[in-house]
Amino acid sequence: MSDVTADAPPQAFPVPPFVDASKMPIMPDSRNQILSKIRAALPQSSPLPDLAPQGPWQTFDDPEARFAEVLKFVGGQAVRVSTLAEAHSHLQTNPAWASGKVRVSVVPGVGDSTIDLSTIPDPHDLENVDFAILQGQLCVAENGAVWVQDDTVRHRVLYFIPQHLAIVVPSAALVHNLHEAYAKITIGQHRFAGFISGPSKTADIEQSLVIGAHGARSMTVYRVDELNS
Amino acid sequence: MPHTSQSHPALAEKFTANRERAQWHDKALWFVREKRDRMASSVPEWELLRETASAIKRHTQSRMADYLEQFETNAAKNGIIVHWAIDAHEHNQIVLSILRKHNVRRLVKSKSMLTEECHLNPYLEKHGIDVVDTDLGERIVQLRKETPSHIVLPAIHIKKEEVGECFHEHLGTEKGASDPNYLTEAARHHLRERFCQADAGLTGVNFAIAETGGIVICTNEGNADLGVSLPKIHIACMGMEKLLPRAADLSVFLRLLARSATGQPITTYSSHFHGPRPGCEMHIVIVDNGRSEILKSPEFRQSLDCIRCGACMNTCPVYRRSGGHSYQSTVPGPIGSVLTPIQTPEKHSSLPFACSLCGSCTDVCPVKIPLHHQLFAMREVLDQKRLIGASKKFSMKLAAGVLSRTWLFNLLGGTARLALRWTPRFLIYNPLNVWGRQRELPDAPKKSFRQLYAERQRRK
Repeated sequence: MSDVTADAPPQAFPVPPFVDASKMPIMPDSRNQILSKIRAALPQSSPLPDLAPQGPWQTFDDPEARFAEVLKFVGGQAVRVSTLAEAHSHLQTNPAWASGKVRVSVVPGVGDSTIDLSTIPDPHDLENVDFAILQGQLCVAENGAVWVQDDTVRHRVLYFIPQHLAIVVPSAALVHNLHEAYAKITIGQHRFAGFISGPSKTADIEQSLVIGAHGARSMTVYRVDELNS
Repeated sequence: MPHTSQSHPALAEKFTANRERAQWHDKALWFVREKRDRMASSVPEWELLRETASAIKRHTQSRMADYLEQFETNAAKNGIIVHWAIDAHEHNQIVLSILRKHNVRRLVKSKSMLTEECHLNPYLEKHGIDVVDTDLGERIVQLRKETPSHIVLPAIHIKKEEVGECFHEHLGTEKGASDPNYLTEAARHHLRERFCQADAGLTGVNFAIAETGGIVICTNEGNADLGVSLPKIHIACMGMEKLLPRAADLSVFLRLLARSATGQPITTYSSHFHGPRPGCEMHIVIVDNGRSEILKSPEFRQSLDCIRCGACMNTCPVYRRSGGHSYQSTVPGPIGSVLTPIQTPEKHSSLPFACSLCGSCTDVCPVKIPLHHQLFAMREVLDQKRLIGASKKFSMKLAAGVLSRTWLFNLLGGTARLALRWTPRFLIYNPLNVWGRQRELPDAPKKSFRQLYAERQRRK
C-alpha cells in the first residue's frame, strides 16, 4: 500500500522535496513538444496579403509640412536648412545646447563634442551626456518618425540617454507613410535600428502628458539639403 | 462558483461603491477612447488596415510552426539565443537560469504582460533577484504592491495624490506633492539610477519577424531601450502569437497599434532589435503556456491575434465603470474575458457576463477580433461545463419560456403595463430587485407595439 493520502493527489511528475526546482535541468524537448502541438492545431491555410508600398495608402499634398506638423504635435521640432552650417548656427539658438556641459556630435559640421566617443568603451560612461547630435536615415510624414540605425554611432544608448537630442537627416529622405518607409529601409542589417518620433514621454499619472520620461527631453530634426546626394 | 467574493459582480460592486471615483475612472478612459477615434478617422484606409492586419494574422496562424522555426533559425544567425518554454514555470526557470549564469543581482524590466501572466517577478524575487519595473505606471503599481489594472495604462486606477503619497514614502518626494511633472521627474532620477546599476534588462516583445529573426519593442518612455542598451544581457520574453512573417507587415501593425492604444500616430520609440551588442548576449524566450490549446479552437483562436493595444478596455462600458482589478485577470476587459476563462473557466466564469454584448469592443479592435461574439460563445462553453449560476439559468429559462409563447408574452406584457402604472414605487424598487438598484424603468406605455401597429394598419 502506498503512503499517498487521500487529500494529496499524486502529481504527474512527483518532485522530491529536496530538489530546488530552479536548479533542475530545463526539459530540452519543449521546443519539439510546442511545435508538434501547434502542428496538430493549425487552422486551414489562408493567403498572405500583398503589401505594395504604393498601395492605396495615405499620401499628403505637402509631406514636408505634414512631417513638421506631426512632429510638433508629439513634442518635437522639425527644422529645414540648406547647409550643415545653417543647422550648426540654428543649434546655437537652442538653450539646451548652449547650456549643455557634456555634448556629443557624430555629424561633422553640426555642433561639437566635449568627449571623445572612441575612448569610451562602456556605455554607462555616457550617463551624463546633456546633448547628442546623431544621424537619421529617413523621415516619415504620416507620423513624424525618423528612422535611425546603430551603424552611425558607437553606442546605441546615445539615442536614449542624452537629456536632449538632435537628429540630422538628408532633406530628400522623406516618405509619406510607413509602407513606403519599409520599402526603403533594410530590416535585419542592424542589431539596433528603429523609429523615433519626438521626445520621451509618459501619461501614466492621471493621463497628464509629461515630456521627458526616461529618454530625451527634447528632439530636434534637422532636414538638410546639403546631404542629398 | 458564479457568485463568490472574487467574482466580477462582487468586486465591481466594491469599485462602484465610491461613485465619484468610478465616474473619474470612466471619464479618464473615455478620454483615451476619444483620442483613438480622432486618430482612426484621420486615416482614410483605416478599415483596410484592420482587414489587412486580420488577414496577416490569419495566415500566420495557419503556418505558425513553420514561421516559428524560420524565426528561430534567423534569430540564431543574428547571434540571438532562442529558448522554448511550454508553460509559465518553464519560462520562469529559463529566465532565472540565464540570470544565475551571469550572476545577475539587479534586473530592470520594461512592460511585459507575458511575465505578469507567468508571475515572473515574485518568482525571481523569491530567488534573490532585485526586480525593478521601469515603465512609470508599472513602477507605481510595483511600489504599491499591486498589479496593473490596464495593459497599456497600468496605473489608470490611481489618483495623482496617491502617486504623490507613494513617491513620498519610497522616493522621498515632498509630502503632499501631486503635480505629474514633479512626480515624473522624481521617477526619472530614481529609475536612471536603477538603469545604470542593472546587470540585465528584460523586455516583452510587440512583434517578432520570422523573415529577419528580430523583434520590435514599442514604448513612449524609452525605458525598454535604456534597459537593454546599458547592461550586457538582454532577455526578451514573447508569447508565440507575436510572430509576423515579413518585416513589411510591421508597416500595417505599427500604423494600428499606437493609434488604437493611446491615440498617437506612432509610439515615441519603435525599436527593432536584431542581435546583441558586441560582447553582449541577447536571449529570446518563446512561450506557449496554453496558446497552442487556444489555437486548436476554431471558435476562439482569433483571440490570439490580439496586439495588446487596450482599445477594447477603453471603450467597454463595463470595464470603464468597474475597473481593471475587478476582473482578477492579468489581461482584463473584453479580450481578457475571452482569454482568461479559456485557461481557467472555474475561477473566471463570471467574466464573459461582465458584458452587455454592445459590440463596441469588436468595432474598435485593430485586428478585428469578433470579441462580443466570442464572449457570447464563451457563455455557452461555461454553460456546457455547468459553471453558470442557478439564478442566471433560471431567469434565462423563464425568459425563453415567455418569449417562445406569443399568448403568454401578450398576456404578461399587458399585465406589466397595467401593474407598473399602479404599483407603489417601494414594491418595484425594493432590495429584492437587484436589477432596479441602479436602474430606472421607463414610464410604461399605454399600448403595446402590436396594438399600435394594428391601429395604424386599420387607419390606412
